[in-house]
Amino acid sequence: MKQQGHKAISPPEWGVRFLRWFCAPDLVEVIEGDLYEEFIRQARYAGERKARWLYWFEVLGFLKPRYIKRNHSDFSTSSLFSHDMIRNYFKIAFRSLSRNKGYSAINIGGLAIGMAVAILIGLWVFDEISFNRYHQNYKKIGQVMIHNGSERNGTYDYLPIPLAGELKSSFPDDFKYVVLSSGSENHIISSDDKKFTQTGSYMEAAAPDLLTLNMRGGTRAGLIDQNSILLAATLAKKLFGNTDPIDKILTIDNKSKVRVTGVYEDLPNNSTFKNLTFLLPWELMVSTRDWVKGDLGNWNDNSFHIFVQLAENGHTPRASFSEISLRIKDLERRYISKEKALYRPELFVHPMDRWHLYSNFENRVIVTSESLKFVWFYGLTGIFVLLIACINFMNLSTARSEKRAKEVGIRKAVGSLRSQLINQFFCESLLTAGVSFLLGILLVLGILPWFNSVADKTISIPFTNIWFLLMCLAFTAITGILAGSYPALYLSSFNPIKVLKGSASVLRLRIGSVTAVPRKVLVVFQFTASMALIIGTIIVYKQIGFAKKRPVGYTRQGLMQIRMGTSDFQERYEILASELKNSGVVSQVAKSSGAVTGAWSNSAGFEWKGKNPSDNQDFVMVGISYEYGKTIGLQFTEGRDFFRSFASDSSGFIINEAAAKYMGLKNPVGETVKWNNSGENINKDFRILGVVRDLVMNSPFENVKPTIFYLADRPGYISIRIDPQVGIAAALPKIESVFKSLIPSAPFDYSFVDDVYASKFIAEERVGNLAVFFSALAIFISALGLFGLSAFVAEQRTKEIGIRKVLGASVTNLWRLLSKDFVIMVIVSCLIATPFTYYFMDEWLQKYTYRTEISPWIFVLSGAGALCVTLLTVSYQAIRAAWLDPVKSLRNE
Amino acid sequence: MKRTYLGEFEEIVLLAVAVLGGQAYGVSLMHDIAKQTGRELRLNQVHSALQRLEEKGMVKSTLGEPTAERGGKRKRLFLVTAHGQRSLQEIQQVRLSFWERLANPFKLGINL
Repeated sequence: MKQQGHKAISPPEWGVRFLRWFCAPDLVEVIEGDLYEEFIRQARYAGERKARWLYWFEVLGFLKPRYIKRNHSDFSTSSLFSHDMIRNYFKIAFRSLSRNKGYSAINIGGLAIGMAVAILIGLWVFDEISFNRYHQNYKKIGQVMIHNGSERNGTYDYLPIPLAGELKSSFPDDFKYVVLSSGSENHIISSDDKKFTQTGSYMEAAAPDLLTLNMRGGTRAGLIDQNSILLAATLAKKLFGNTDPIDKILTIDNKSKVRVTGVYEDLPNNSTFKNLTFLLPWELMVSTRDWVKGDLGNWNDNSFHIFVQLAENGHTPRASFSEISLRIKDLERRYISKEKALYRPELFVHPMDRWHLYSNFENRVIVTSESLKFVWFYGLTGIFVLLIACINFMNLSTARSEKRAKEVGIRKAVGSLRSQLINQFFCESLLTAGVSFLLGILLVLGILPWFNSVADKTISIPFTNIWFLLMCLAFTAITGILAGSYPALYLSSFNPIKVLKGSASVLRLRIGSVTAVPRKVLVVFQFTASMALIIGTIIVYKQIGFAKKRPVGYTRQGLMQIRMGTSDFQERYEILASELKNSGVVSQVAKSSGAVTGAWSNSAGFEWKGKNPSDNQDFVMVGISYEYGKTIGLQFTEGRDFFRSFASDSSGFIINEAAAKYMGLKNPVGETVKWNNSGENINKDFRILGVVRDLVMNSPFENVKPTIFYLADRPGYISIRIDPQVGIAAALPKIESVFKSLIPSAPFDYSFVDDVYASKFIAEERVGNLAVFFSALAIFISALGLFGLSAFVAEQRTKEIGIRKVLGASVTNLWRLLSKDFVIMVIVSCLIATPFTYYFMDEWLQKYTYRTEISPWIFVLSGAGALCVTLLTVSYQAIRAAWLDPVKSLRNE
Repeated sequence: MKRTYLGEFEEIVLLAVAVLGGQAYGVSLMHDIAKQTGRELRLNQVHSALQRLEEKGMVKSTLGEPTAERGGKRKRLFLVTAHGQRSLQEIQQVRLSFWERLANPFKLGINL
């Protein structure tokens, strides 16, 4: 007080706080005093700065067990979270769990299943959200895309070659890399004796740096030389086994020789580039494909992808994606014709972390994609299932509250605080949640392989990830608190006098009326969620079944197709066809420009009698050989197939019914259609020879597009009809030997049309299978809860049942009495779930043009199903209670 | 022979407590010992030695009054117990007997 400066000096505040925090309470005062005294002294002699340092030094000297260890006091502290209390909470929690083994099993089992589902879905959602994170610079990588026109598919990622050069030269400060790439293509890769059809791309030399490929051998600079190739590790292993692949020579499509200059780690399943098994230099494509050479300065051929990485200052990009998009917006308009500019082409850069979930554009803006919908759908399902499990816990706890009311009363009477009781019940639920979580993780470990195969993922549990572990802890805590909140807050509110006065009937009344309503609401909610899942599942399956039964317009069974990968196929086609027929196992062979399971070649420029000038829709074009119709089994409704003997058939068309309808021709056969298309270099009249039934070539959920078949000698696919009398197993080796001897340049890669067709349902079947899994679990958990609840109700009403029996009630009467409430609840759930699900499923079905309708029997069926499950679970308890001997139940008290 | 083992540092602290007679506490002990021995000391060493001595029953302690120079904290004052005194004496005895048996005390060498 005497000296101003003296008063201002005080030890470092954080040092004092730290000491108070770690030091045992019974030692801290003396130590703090000593330190203070020493500090003042040092400040006087050596200056404040040094004194502060010394203070910290001394404080840290006390960081020893001797000073940290708390002394055990003989009296309990009043703290809620003192060591003793927490130990006591858990002790009691354990005791009450082990005393009620049945309830605990239902609680823990249900919660474990719910948590397993939630974890599984959590992992799945994380996998979806973290798409493309494998590429280290994913935040700076983007793909240049274009809005063109305003229709639905007016936004695409196919761009002309010169745009890349323009981007590089006009915006040198904005882009670190600009990489041109082909689309992903299938190529035959062969080394001496092994050959495989593989997917990969031609990309410019900076691609490995942009994708931050993890090189196992060679360097990322491996694409600089024109005749080089980078291989994914799996492909390298397939080709060369364990020998070093670097500098080995490979042949691409039996044409170009390339040298292996690098091997990179396989790209993970959750990367857009997951199928990229090899990378070839862009220059190789330019030198081997004349049309690409011609496109180098052509602004009108949109056939290529452009990937960019933003330039950076330090670690942050110099400009954001939206800024750059704004800058490059109008770049293309300067170079294209006036008519094309009318479509208002607008370039933009689409950031890599949005590729997977935010790539659906409509009218130039992003709309919710299918993948994002699934993330929401599964996310909600996970939350629902978990909620259902939590509700079980709440319901069983409140239902048992009467039993624990006395415990609460006594605890309060001997001085327990309400907050201590709350802690007590939270501890119980946390313990349950903890045990359930461990069980849930075990379950997930068991289910994961199956789940991965159904969901087409390679998810594993990231046990080593600190964030995952923290998330798990938080997840368990939240579940525990969520499930325990109701019992903790409600049970702890009992008035000890009323509880202990023994007016059990008053209590029962009170508990009955107060908890019964929320409990009923919760059960209704549970069953509504389960019902919604069941109805949804049935509709998904119905839709799949509906599409599967759709007539496809040709015969799938025993039909095989082979892609004509090298030029040998085209050169030796005739001899191949005759050899195959001579083998005795093949009844027909034909050639077509596209596969019957996927026709993507469109063309415009048709004129016919009575054509409306606004009819500008493209036709699907399939160039075929004479035998095609017989091979795949086209079903003619009018006219005839192509015949070799009629020379004029070379200017003939066969159209499908959709095309006939679109053209509006009453008698299409014999009509003349003029086809004028500069791209195809064709301009002549064709005569319609026949009409066939619609062929489902693309998605079985969509309308069949107008399709035209015409004679053309083009490489594409070879279709082979196996003789039905021979059988596939016997035919395959013979067919293979014909191919091996005639076309040694390509692997014998075949597919069966019915397999390919079935694979068109994969996405929908995936949704269906997962939905079945989840809804089965949901109904199981709900039933489990109901089982526990009905057991409780039956037990609670033992006396009442006894008296009723004595007075003459029959077992049927009692069964009805005990089941009635539950049946009503389930019926209410049905009534709520029906409109709710109808709305959502109707919206889901809208995306399919070929779709089933939602018929009422689905709701009736699932309602009846839920009712059955309810009756089965409830009746077991009800009948057991009703058969009880009244003498036993009334004897005591 | 001896029932209680005393470390070298403990012995010095115990002696210091005895010397300071009633005014022995953490800081005063530290400075006194530092002055006498010329060692670099830290407070925690003194405190742990005092704790050990108290556990062995050689010192007893009382809490003093809070003072401003200690930031309003009380100090713990130490006194040597009878057991502590006896232990010190025993040690002294043992040392003396050894010194007496020393035929050629070293100090001669220094004089030369």
